[in-house]
Amino acid sequence: MLYRETGQFKKTYAADMAVFPILQDRIGLAVILVVAAGFIPAFGSNFFLSSVMIPFLVFSLAAMGLNIITGYTGLISLGTGAFMGVGAYACYKLTTAFPGVNIVVWILVSGFFSAAIGAVFGLPSLRIKGFYLAVATLAAQFFLEWCFVRIPWLYNYAASGAIEVPTRTLLGIPVTGATATPTTRYLVILGLVVLLTWVASNILHGRIGRTFMAVRDMDIAAELMGIRLLPAKLMAFALSSFYCGVAGAVMMFLWYGGGEASDAFNINQSFNILFMVIIGGLGSLIGCFLGAALLNVVPIILKFGLPALGVPLGGATAEHINHLFVGGLIIFFLIVEPHGLARLWQIMKQKLRTWPFPY
Amino acid sequence: MDILFNVFVDPFLQMRAAPDLLVQTLWEGLVSGVLYALIALGFVLIFKASGVFNFAQGIMVVFAALTLVGFHEKGVPAWLAVALTLGVMALLAMAVERVVLRPLVNQPDIILFMATFGLTYVLIGLGEFIFGGEPKQMITEELFIPRGAIDVAVLGGRVTFQKIDIAAALIASLMIAGLALFFQYTRIGRALRAVADSHKAALSVGISLNQIWVIVWFAAGIVALITGIMWGARSDVSFALQVIALKALPVLILGGFTSIPGAIVGGLIIGLGEKLGEFYWGPLVGGGIENWVAYVIALAFLMVRPQGLFGDKIIERI
Repeated sequence: MLYRETGQFKKTYAADMAVFPILQDRIGLAVILVVAAGFIPAFGSNFFLSSVMIPFLVFSLAAMGLNIITGYTGLISLGTGAFMGVGAYACYKLTTAFPGVNIVVWILVSGFFSAAIGAVFGLPSLRIKGFYLAVATLAAQFFLEWCFVRIPWLYNYAASGAIEVPTRTLLGIPVTGATATPTTRYLVILGLVVLLTWVASNILHGRIGRTFMAVRDMDIAAELMGIRLLPAKLMAFALSSFYCGVAGAVMMFLWYGGGEASDAFNINQSFNILFMVIIGGLGSLIGCFLGAALLNVVPIILKFGLPALGVPLGGATAEHINHLFVGGLIIFFLIVEPHGLARLWQIMKQKLRTWPFPY
Repeated sequence: MDILFNVFVDPFLQMRAAPDLLVQTLWEGLVSGVLYALIALGFVLIFKASGVFNFAQGIMVVFAALTLVGFHEKGVPAWLAVALTLGVMALLAMAVERVVLRPLVNQPDIILFMATFGLTYVLIGLGEFIFGGEPKQMITEELFIPRGAIDVAVLGGRVTFQKIDIAAALIASLMIAGLALFFQYTRIGRALRAVADSHKAALSVGISLNQIWVIVWFAAGIVALITGIMWGARSDVSFALQVIALKALPVLILGGFTSIPGAIVGGLIIGLGEKLGEFYWGPLVGGGIENWVAYVIALAFLMVRPQGLFGDKIIERI
């Protein structure tokens, strides 16, 4: 009864085509934003911020990147981890070469480096399709992973081979490095994620997004309708890699605070993000957030929640159960709803609209 | 000019200067190629019959090998352990068909692909839960797999052939021949080929898809067990072995997802290319190129033939 669009009349075409046509949706979004920007940093503990919220936001961003290529354009990519790595290393090189420029600018700019690399590895997509392309993107994953280890220039010839994140400030407050508090880091990430989600939503609802979807549904038909496939596919690869690159830079600088890339950006990371996209829902922005939330929260609950309830779990056993559980969850969700959590969310909204008189 | 010389001339001069090293490298490439072909075979079997890109093949290899070793550790004689492991793989095939494939019939390919990812995770968790995470020793003597090496004088040098590699190559060839005969001459084999051709047409002549899927997954399980024994004997049986699934992927795209000869030829090309590349060209860029050189070879072939060397021609209609 609360959630109903009765009486909300659309007077312009623009209002009818709005992303959130229902007033209650707009209110809900505003509430979520206020909670995320106000309540969570004010009342959340440091642990909650740095091990639940920050990973959740970073993975949402990466999932958004993958969703652009896999969900919207229909090209399966297994190189997400590597593209994230490109972003992280680009950001590191840029901020050590030009320390005067604001770190947030460099995080966004590093996305463009990742986009360029992504476009290069997207070139075969014109000729190769389906699973063949998925395996071809693995070439990018392994080649870039090899570069991260074997090219010492990338990590400034550090003996450890790891990225050491320097302290950088924004308006006088440290946002990266050891002195940055979880609250500041969280707020910076939140700002970036909100901005980039807004940009993505606008791109994907516009002409470019429709081009992507036409290519996804059938690329030959799209070509006959006058869509040039090569620019469209390369654009999808570049855009997707941009998001992944920014996610990687954010991950390295605002979450991990440094470390070896071979752990953070390996093939398992790519698969992990693919799970989020599939479970969240292919071709849906809200799905990225739902999938990231689910796959991010489950391991934490298993790790910290069960011992708190009195179920004794060693670290290794928790790991095994985690694997078992995540695997079972993936199969379960695929059987129950192959279109992911986003579809469940839609069904729920529809039920809510007609409640309590569904007929 | 120096770079050009190092890339295009020097490796061949090295090959001429030490032909015995070349033979050794070729042999090693050949053996790893056969082993890659074995894993690729498991993929191809399932892809042909059900259109599922089975990412779980790698972990099935580990799971089969672990089960075998696990049974033997409990004091079961080797032959019985093999039989029991086959039983476990059959159970697994039935469970997969019942729980994963049947509810997901008619879903898009990517959904089924993801489901096998889920299966991978379940098998990893289950395997670690039952057998523990630490590496185990493969039972080689009990299975009559020879150890040791033979030195042969070739072209003025000595080349070492590991006996186990010879055995692996022999067993792999036998199994491939067996599978080919099975596909060609038995009733079930014919049914499998029919399903591979067209699900609908096969259903309409009275072939049970569910049964066929169980059989195919069981066959892939047998291949996985043999692969597991061979790989396990060369190193340890551990969960690290599952990355060989990633090694088999370039073989697959090179040979084509639907072709058994493709898997074999692809395996040999990748194995040889990988070892030659690593040995002669690897030092130029600092080594460790084994991980991606296979993908680059496969990609180069794909640019010319997008459906792989032996794959069915991709026909697209609107």
